[in-house]
Amino acid sequence: MTQQQTAPEKLWLSGNEALALGAHEASVRVASGYPGTPSTEILENVVHHREIYTEWAPNEKVGLEVAIGASFAGVRALATMKHVGLNVAADPLFTASYTGVRGGLVIVVADDPSMYSSQNEQDSRNYAWAAKLPMLEPSDPAEAKEMLKQAYRLSEEFDTPVLLRSCTRVSHVKGVVTAGEIETPALTPGLEKLPAKLVMLPANARSRRVAIAERQRRLSEFAETFSVNRVEEGDGKIGFITAGTSYLYVKEAFPEAAVLKLGMVNPLPEKLIRDFASRVDQLYIVEDLDPFLETQIKALGIACTGKEVIPAIGELSPAVVRRAITGEAAADLFAPVELPPRPPNMCAGCPHRGLFYNLNRLKVYVSGDIGCYTLGFLPPLSAMDTCVCMGASIGMAHGMDKALGEEGRGKVVAVIGDSTFLHTGINGLINSVYNRGCSTVIILDNRITGMTGQQPNPASGTTIGYESAPVIDFPELCRAIGVKHVRTVNPHEIEATYEVLKEEIERPEVSVVITRFPCVLTVEEKKRRKYPFHTVVDNCTGCTMCLRLGCPAINWQPLTPAEAKAMGKKEKQRGYSLINEDMCIGCGQCIGLCKFDAISEGGEQG
Amino acid sequence: MSRSGNIHFVGVGGQGILLASEMTAYALLAAGFDIKKSEVHGMAQRGGSVEAHLRYASDRVYSPLIEPGTVDIQLAFETMEAARYLPYLNQRSKVIVNTQRIMPPAVATGKMQYPENCLEALTAKGIEVIPVDAYAIAKELGNIKTANVVLVGALSSFLPLEGEIFQEVIQTRLPAKVQAVNLKAFAAGRQLTR
Repeated sequence: MTQQQTAPEKLWLSGNEALALGAHEASVRVASGYPGTPSTEILENVVHHREIYTEWAPNEKVGLEVAIGASFAGVRALATMKHVGLNVAADPLFTASYTGVRGGLVIVVADDPSMYSSQNEQDSRNYAWAAKLPMLEPSDPAEAKEMLKQAYRLSEEFDTPVLLRSCTRVSHVKGVVTAGEIETPALTPGLEKLPAKLVMLPANARSRRVAIAERQRRLSEFAETFSVNRVEEGDGKIGFITAGTSYLYVKEAFPEAAVLKLGMVNPLPEKLIRDFASRVDQLYIVEDLDPFLETQIKALGIACTGKEVIPAIGELSPAVVRRAITGEAAADLFAPVELPPRPPNMCAGCPHRGLFYNLNRLKVYVSGDIGCYTLGFLPPLSAMDTCVCMGASIGMAHGMDKALGEEGRGKVVAVIGDSTFLHTGINGLINSVYNRGCSTVIILDNRITGMTGQQPNPASGTTIGYESAPVIDFPELCRAIGVKHVRTVNPHEIEATYEVLKEEIERPEVSVVITRFPCVLTVEEKKRRKYPFHTVVDNCTGCTMCLRLGCPAINWQPLTPAEAKAMGKKEKQRGYSLINEDMCIGCGQCIGLCKFDAISEGGEQG
Repeated sequence: MSRSGNIHFVGVGGQGILLASEMTAYALLAAGFDIKKSEVHGMAQRGGSVEAHLRYASDRVYSPLIEPGTVDIQLAFETMEAARYLPYLNQRSKVIVNTQRIMPPAVATGKMQYPENCLEALTAKGIEVIPVDAYAIAKELGNIKTANVVLVGALSSFLPLEGEIFQEVIQTRLPAKVQAVNLKAFAAGRQLTR
């Protein structure tokens, strides 16, 4: 009988799915984080590995603190977030660098070059430098999984938190990944009193500061032989030092060139870099965003070319790299055709739409926040005037209020989603009440974290694993903070919401309006039977009132005078509105706006 | 000899583009190709213009991104979106286009008109355009959500794969209760381009 050899299982995984598998194979026991594109699916897949306790924290700082605590209790722990989330988690990050770890601790941070779904394109590698932490950077899903496992070994061997930098083109790229062995780390979970290491007051921190310097020296030495830093020999003419996805673009554009691929981007292997540089005639540094490698390599006195030719703005690609290096003109491409733009839009039946329609009517200045509702900025709603970061809306509205005094009264409102309010908005509300502000805060409570793909939060009633959880009571919470006027409305009821908003905006003290209706993409809402509305075409006068909602289920149908006449309408009627019944979910916002009975409600029989 | 290809999936968020690109990837994987596929999630998915890049090769694929001018097959889920990515195409590209029209906000609100000659913009460059009324076919099959699988069927004729591989993907990857209708949708799409 021939013995069957079992090949390792080949899987087809996104970078985020691969990282989740890596957490499983590394025997991670606790994982926490906050959703943020492109990092969200890591924890959504970790949760399927039942041996790992997984949760959504209300923000990235809490998520990292949970992971630090788990590490101190002697197990391997994971925190995940997007690049801007690391700003929120930076406080614990910088001091966890001092304490070091007990169980391995890895922070996965996903950058978003070109800002596909972000408000800035900061380069997270700068945090590794500033916090004096090692950082690994994979270039594809298979490497992401392997590097996560290596990161845990590194963390325990060098007594340090380790950063792993992903990006949109790793997290949301799918590739072939090979399943591996499950590691058994030599850890003894349990509590241990280690005050000199774990209590960071000045006297202890000063001695840990010295320990970090020694750790950095050891890590730099280790980097020289670490397997993730490797040389791929080439024809010797030109050589590239590169990392992450940029490595793939270099290989695609210059398959014959010599490459030093850095899997660990902090600290750098000085001897390896000097040796590589000495063996090529022309050295290029190719990296996304900041000249992070380049600045350090130039500081070593090594001649190289980087951001002089490689763009520092937006993500790279093989074509961008090739053109930057060769200086050749862009390939002879077909010119783009001019087309109406197709920006993202709130869904048909989105409860936020009714609110923004009213804010537009009220002509108030809207201090905005981060979420699907940021799309309220777009025409025809055009009702968002500022947006900076998670949770900023309330503090900023308060600042405007204080800057303008009487002059600004009744002119400014803050809008913030349920998840964003719990993330970091709540502190702003505490501040507004404490310091006797006058702004109106609107909490858009759609029961879920919408933009990132319907992740449950402390107001949803379920955990990341869809087990039941206590539900935050927003009105009670706001009253406990000291807000005297808290009103809850259904944003689909446009007129009723308008009246409440008008009253609260005029009030000369802090008030909260909660617009409460579930996101159309929640599991329950998707299951609910829909009764689409109909257009009574004969009644439509083409007044366009319903179009002011910007609902994707309502389409304008242009008419020529002859067509209008043939339909029995006035020749000057230039068109009519038509509800797309495949998309309409019957939210009812439009029906109240129509003064001509041209919209009829869907019923059981419909 | 190395066999490779670049398939560009384009359309409007919510049309099932990710599922279609996944089915195609699984079929190519089953045939032993290396693949990389790049998607964009998050804000762009809310009814915006979306794309997925799928690159396959009998040896190794490095970059997950298709370079402009190098698309072999574009599978467009919406008429206007077929034209939006013209710089990615070349004269030898094939474009399979769903003739459905989805109005972008500026058109839906009457501010702009839906361009009438999107496909002519492609054929004028010598690009082969294969129109498919996937929405009508899916509606006839009783489930408009299968329009994306009709399109995968149309795409399948141009890939170095047997139709059976796709049928297996449908039978192993889709929930049991929608397999029958999706098998029909696939067959209907494939029939159109054979």
